[in-house]
Amino acid sequence: MTNFFSIHTIRFVVLSLIQVLLLSHINFMGYLNPYPYILFVLLFPIKNNRMLFILLSFLLGLLIDIFLDSGGIHAAACVTIAFIRPVALKYSFGALYEHQTVKFSNADFVQRITYISILTIIHHLVLFLLEIFNFSRILLVLKHTLFASILTIILCLLITIIFSGTNKK
Amino acid sequence: MQQIVNFILRNKTFLLFVLLLFISIMLTIQAHSYHRSRFIHSANFLSGGIYNITNNVSDFFDLRTQNELLQEENNKLKSILLNTEKDADSSFIDSVNFSSHYKFTAAKVNRNSYAATNNILLVNKGENDSIKQDFGVVSSKGIIGIIEKTNANYATVLSILNTTSSISAQLKKTNHFGSMKWDGLSPNKIQLSEIPKIAPVIIGDTIITSGRSAIFPKGIPIGTISKFKLDTAENYYEIEIMLFNDMTNIEHVYIIENKEAKHITSLLDNND
Repeated sequence: MTNFFSIHTIRFVVLSLIQVLLLSHINFMGYLNPYPYILFVLLFPIKNNRMLFILLSFLLGLLIDIFLDSGGIHAAACVTIAFIRPVALKYSFGALYEHQTVKFSNADFVQRITYISILTIIHHLVLFLLEIFNFSRILLVLKHTLFASILTIILCLLITIIFSGTNKK
Repeated sequence: MQQIVNFILRNKTFLLFVLLLFISIMLTIQAHSYHRSRFIHSANFLSGGIYNITNNVSDFFDLRTQNELLQEENNKLKSILLNTEKDADSSFIDSVNFSSHYKFTAAKVNRNSYAATNNILLVNKGENDSIKQDFGVVSSKGIIGIIEKTNANYATVLSILNTTSSISAQLKKTNHFGSMKWDGLSPNKIQLSEIPKIAPVIIGDTIITSGRSAIFPKGIPIGTISKFKLDTAENYYEIEIMLFNDMTNIEHVYIIENKEAKHITSLLDNND
């Protein structure tokens, strides 16, 4: 149990620190930043208390917001994906995901991409809608969502591939 | 009553989600309105401290260009000093100009942002250096922004690259003024509107601060006109300004305190 807690605590701290100190300052092509800190939300154990999970996601988003001076946009986006995660799980891993223990590292590659993509795109859409906060700029929102999602998805896949190898032993 | 309790228990996850989403959207809305974000900002002990540590490391790699910028400014100041020395009479003390209106404090930018639509900077001076809200921030090349939040050791700066900030600016050669806002697209271009049609606007002209607010003194350089057109009503010009400052590369800045700000704003408030 302590092992389980420590893994998720470390993941929480390390992901948010990497995000605010490194990845939010990339500004690829002038404005694109990946947000792979949502991996914490994506990889949180399925069977755990759902209220606790939503609360933790909110805190993660709020922490990012404090560092990036962005009001509550990351918190809102994180809470949203935490809430709709069961739907995404059901869609990408099939209805049986609750009964069988879906190990993320053992799952099919296509299933993994679907799962990450759905939640990343929703997260980024909420994020940029709130950041730009102007419906007349909806094209700018969609453009940012599309390109930032591509970066985030690639980075999330790379991180999961690299770290799943070490977790197996 | 029982049913209400049952309803709450049944939908507790959804209700928690709605509550947290509501809180975060309220925080977002607060952050979008000027001077309202009270709780969530990076000028606090934890994030300010962490940014300070990382900045100490990353500064090192940028030393050369920043030194050149400072040297350039030193040269400029020295040339002004040497040129004015002749007409200064040492036997005469001008008591009228003895206390200056503006006090400058040098500061260092710990965190710069320019890619979002609402950019905020973090500087390493705070209330302990008597920095307060609404002080102006400039660099050696031009205008940067306005102090927004402060704590003991850090302050956040509302960058001019922020769609919520609006600064009064004017043409350098005439006194036609307008308000300057950013459209959120490019970090080296900013938009100036409400310049009357009658003003002689030419591409390449310099734009400076107008000194109409109590924040910036008059004459701080902003940029040059790169494009202009009449607005839809054909009464005012919409001007695009190329900034002098490279907002993506800022290190040393000066915070300006206007000592007369209190008197000016109280006068203006009485008028409203």
